[in-house]
This record gives sequence, structure tokens and C-alpha cells, in this order.
Amino acid sequence: MTNLVLVEHDNAALKSATLHVVPAAQKIGGEIHLLVAGQNCRAVAEEAAKIPGIAKVLLADDAAYANRLAENLAKLIVGLAPNYSHVLAATTATGKNVMPRVAALLDVQQISDISAVDSADTFTRTIYAGNALATVQSADKIKVITVRPTAFEAAAATGGSAAIETVAAAGETGLASFVGQELSKSERPELTSARIVISGGRGMQSGDNFHMLDKVADKLGAAVGASRAAVDAGFVPNDYQVGQTGKIVAPDLYIAVGISGAIQHLAGMKDSKVIVAINKDEDAPIFQVADYGLVADLFQAVPELEQALSK
Amino acid sequence: MKVLVAVKRVVDYNVKVRVKADGTGVETANVKMSMNPFDEIGVEEAVRLKEGGKATEVIAVSLGPTQCAETIRTALAMGADRGIHVQTDVELQPLAVAKLLKAVVDKEQPQLCILGKQAIDDDANQTGQMLAALLGWSQATFASKLVVNGDGTANVTREVDGGLETIKVKLPLVMTTDLRLNEPRYASLPNIMKAKKKPIEALTPDALGVDPAPRLKTLKVVEPPKRKSGVKVKSVAELVDKLRNEAKVI
Repeated sequence: MTNLVLVEHDNAALKSATLHVVPAAQKIGGEIHLLVAGQNCRAVAEEAAKIPGIAKVLLADDAAYANRLAENLAKLIVGLAPNYSHVLAATTATGKNVMPRVAALLDVQQISDISAVDSADTFTRTIYAGNALATVQSADKIKVITVRPTAFEAAAATGGSAAIETVAAAGETGLASFVGQELSKSERPELTSARIVISGGRGMQSGDNFHMLDKVADKLGAAVGASRAAVDAGFVPNDYQVGQTGKIVAPDLYIAVGISGAIQHLAGMKDSKVIVAINKDEDAPIFQVADYGLVADLFQAVPELEQALSK
Repeated sequence: MKVLVAVKRVVDYNVKVRVKADGTGVETANVKMSMNPFDEIGVEEAVRLKEGGKATEVIAVSLGPTQCAETIRTALAMGADRGIHVQTDVELQPLAVAKLLKAVVDKEQPQLCILGKQAIDDDANQTGQMLAALLGWSQATFASKLVVNGDGTANVTREVDGGLETIKVKLPLVMTTDLRLNEPRYASLPNIMKAKKKPIEALTPDALGVDPAPRLKTLKVVEPPKRKSGVKVKSVAELVDKLRNEAKVI
């Protein structure tokens, strides 16, 4: 068995999501190879080579992979796949975009967003917004898998010294080109890897009121998230969304403010170690999963919390 | 340009699903079913393209048992022109769905296929990408904005992890919808009545030459572990104290 793991990066640095995929590959067993596909991204390959337990790093450095367009990237991975028993990526925007394309080209039924490896061909994943856990077995020759990063402890980032091997680019499909991006600028940690997350819901009433959460986040070194209701209401951008169809987070501390706790939201945060809920409705379902619940008006409680944290 | 939208019949998003006692799946008998919410967004986008003069015809396709015809009717009531129902009682996994849709696309020759980014039952997030792969088309997943250009291309803004990304893609295209693409309309009563007269063509996987047999074997389905219920605190001061001294997370 040999595993190929697609490395998540921005051509400059490796993203932490990949460190959570490596342990899933280790659990499957066999050698692990990492694929760094990008442009001018040797630094990423060098970073990847330091992850302990990696047999080798494949580097595909070409303009076709500069922005990780699915059409070009899938073509590259499909060419490499016959050498592997398992091809894995993190359940991120890139992984979700590329891997099903790879799977279909290989005539394989992908296994999405696994939260446990039961054996080399059997995996557990959540369905129905986390209301059920399904254990599925694949008979496909190559297993194409996306891995839920929060379900696996991160591998160490340093200590290894794998060889870097250059692989030839598979060519430009000419189907798509990159126009531009608008990334949310934030000094705060990334939502999916933050140790503490504070999220607001419909109860926040406006986008401006999210600044109250920003202040608490700054005190705690936390990331700021939101429920779908808050995103739908236009308070904050979609990349804040925590839930079934947004981001899955599992921080040490999750603070839900003015969030009722719809199952779709719980699906994205209920694996957090400690959950705090602040809501004025004492019957809100969020209290059923909260370790600490505070029934209070958030417009009083949140500024008070910020004050208390300064002490 | 013809637009094809795929619509899936799923357990309504408001239903709290129950795992079957024998561990074979979740209870779907006598449960409210609806169109997958992301597919509603897909139908809305297709209908808007037609209203804006960019699309000539909107075809709604659903795959599965007899009742999927109701889901197609919903799409027709929202403004789709006609339906195609690929009838089967086989459990359909994303690869099989993509193969069946490809066969329908080969027959209908649309320039644009719109699918939801994920279905809220299996949460797989695969079918659109797989369909694009099988057709050899470009793909634009998690779309929050679509602009069809005059020159056989489209610009699509996509929701990605850190914000938004815009790509330019060649038509024909498979696009999958994200939440902010649009707000789907409610079908009006006159349109619901009109939809009853719109045609739905019935096909089978056999007729399309596709073997829809599932590839993944579901060994068991169980309820996730429950969280222990916590405590209510009386004040912010008590909360901060507990977080510092009991949970030790701040």
C-alpha cells in the first residue's frame, strides 16, 4: 500500500490542514508520499519534506498549478494515481473541488470527509448534518478520500527529511483560468485551526455588532465565526460560516453568541472540547450541547465578558 | 442556450433524522421530503438566466423512485420548462448519479449544468465535479456569482476557504451552487397549477446504458456519541472563572 496526500498550500507556505491528513494516511498504513503542485512552490516542498514519516515529496512546479484549478490539478493527480492504493486530501475548498474530479476520472466512488479510518478499505463519516455516523467499505482499486482535519490530531511539522522528487507537469487543459481573489484580511487565526472560536448568530442583529465579538476575539487570540443565519442575513461573509455546509471546527473553546443551535450549526462545532453558549432564550437548543450556558442578553454579556477578560 | 438543473429529493432540512434501530440507515418512511436546498438555488439561477434572455430552456432532472416526480414538479412550478425523471429504486451514490446525468446531457446537449454543491442527506459534495470530469467540461464549484459572457465563456465567483475567488471558464460548464448565489423564489399558486401541465419524460438507467449499482457498501449507521449536558452559569464573572479554573481553556 502507498498513500498519496495532496498538500494544501498557497505557493508560499504549507497549510496546517495537511498535517491532519498525514495521520489518517498513517492509520491506513504503507508509505506516504506528499504531492506539492503549484508554481514557484519549492519552499512548500521543503516544508513538507520535514514532516516526519514521509517517504518522499513529489513536486510539480508549473504555471498550470499556480491557482490549483481543478481541471489541471485533477489531470496531474490522475496520471500519478495508478502508483497508489490511496489518494487523500483535506476536506477544504481545494480538496472538495479537485478530488471528486479525480475520482470520476479513475471511475472510483470517492469517500468524502472521513472522520475515522477503520481499516485500509473501511472508513467512518458523518451524514445528515452529523446526526448519523456511517461506516462504509470501498472495493475500488484506488481509494480516493477527503479527510476531515478536525477529526485527526496534527502530525509534527518538523523532524523529518524526505527526499524531494520533481514530477513532470501534465499540461494545461485550457478549460479555466484564474481571474482574481478577494481574501478576507484578518490578523486573527484561521477559523478551522484556531484554538478558540467565538461565533455570532442571528441574535447579533447586525454586521456592526460583530465588532463586539472581534474585541473578545482579540483578547483571547480567537477566530470569529458565524451561523448560517448570520451569513444569510448579510451580517458577515460566507467564509465565516460554521456548520454542515460551511466550515467544520473543533477548537478547545467554542463560544456561541446569539446562536439558537440548529442541527446544521451543531454539525460544524459539536466536537469542540468546551462549548459556551450565551443566549437570552433559555430553551434554545444550543444549551443542550453547551458545557457552560449563560442565559443573558448578549448586548450586556459580551461587553462584560470583554471587560472580565482584561482583568 | 439550454440549461440543465439537477434536483434531489432529500429529507427536509427541518427534520431531525433518526437512526434505524437495526443500524442499516436512517428512518425515511413517513418523513417530510423536500428539494435539496442547494438545488433550489440551482433552479432559481437557471430560471433567472431564462428571464434574463441568456437561457432558452430550463430542464429539471431528478433521479430515483417514483416520488422524485414531485421534486421535479416543484422545479417546474419555480419556472423550469420541462422535466426528466430517471426512475430507479437502486441506492444512488454520487458516481452513479454523475454517470446517469452524463447520459442525459449527451442526449439533451445543454451548455450549462447547475447542481447543488452538496446534498444535505449524504453530505458528499461530489456529483457536480464528477459530472464535469466525465463530460470533460470545465467546473465552477461553490458559486456565489455567475456572469455568462457573450463569447462562450463565463466568469464565476466561488466561495473558498479564505474568501472569494473568480475564475473564467469555457462553456459548456458544470456549476455547483453555494448559499449566496441567490434567494430562491416561492412558487405562486398559478405557477403550481401551470406546472402540472408541463411534461416530465420518464427514463431508466437501462435505457441510458448506465449501471447504477452502488460502489460503497454501508456496513453500519449509528448515532453519534452524545455530549454530556453541562451547567448553567449565573453571571459572566462565574463563566470566566469556570473557563479559567475548571475547564482551563483560557
